[in-house]
Amino acid sequence: MREITASGQTVEEAKENALSQLGLSEDQVNVEIIDEGKKGLLGVFGSKRAYVKVQEKIDLVQVGKSYLEHVAHEMGIEVEVRPDNREDEISFELVGDKIGLLIGKRGQTLNALQYLTHLAVNKADENQYVTVVVDAENYRERRKETLYQLAEKLASKAVRTDQDVKIEPMPSFERKIIHTALQDHTDVSTHSEGKDPNRYVVIKPN
Amino acid sequence: MKALIETIVQPLVDYPEEVEVSVEETDEKIRYHLTVNENDVGKVIGKNGRIAKAIRTVVHAAGSDVQKKIFVDIM
Repeated sequence: MREITASGQTVEEAKENALSQLGLSEDQVNVEIIDEGKKGLLGVFGSKRAYVKVQEKIDLVQVGKSYLEHVAHEMGIEVEVRPDNREDEISFELVGDKIGLLIGKRGQTLNALQYLTHLAVNKADENQYVTVVVDAENYRERRKETLYQLAEKLASKAVRTDQDVKIEPMPSFERKIIHTALQDHTDVSTHSEGKDPNRYVVIKPN
Repeated sequence: MKALIETIVQPLVDYPEEVEVSVEETDEKIRYHLTVNENDVGKVIGKNGRIAKAIRTVVHAAGSDVQKKIFVDIM
């Protein structure tokens, strides 16, 4: 990882000097101000230069991509990992044969891989925090549709039987889909109970 | 499978060189025993065992074509 210290009349100028020496743009680095500098009298007497330490950010997309490639390889599955980097979120699409093995029953293997990749990526650089999404064969979108249908079905059941309906444990991002699906439903309300990884949604008739 | 567990765990801990996996195999089952530096134990178990569960899920998926039962013990 490259790191340099640079100076300038102002912090801004010191930063620009550092960036041009490294050939990087501002979003690719972490900046630490060492000395803010002083303007001094008439810009001459008692003036002090500003100093900054500029460090190249670890490429988290690369960290996640390589983690998934290595883990899949050791599982005996060759995959192509296609990353997509958005603001504070990196998504990885797994493409290849035997993808079903990486998804698993109700996506549990895909969710485990997503969670482990999230940990590996955020461990790599303590100065950055990102959300990680791991997807394959459009599983996340298909799962969302399934959960919407499930939510509707179980909401009807709750109303019909006038009893609470507990849904099997799900990770937080899937529970959120259930809550969202039923938030405008007038006959039921939803909440979660239990502790992760066994936390589950309860649909309550009003 | 030993290499898989190491590949999963090493990037998650502070002392990757101290990650060790030993194997114990009998006729019906294979037992992997994972040890890490004592300061890293929380990083491979997680709150309510969430990380341990994710590691086991991936290992079980990889071992789905093995006839024997697979266990992953974490110290």
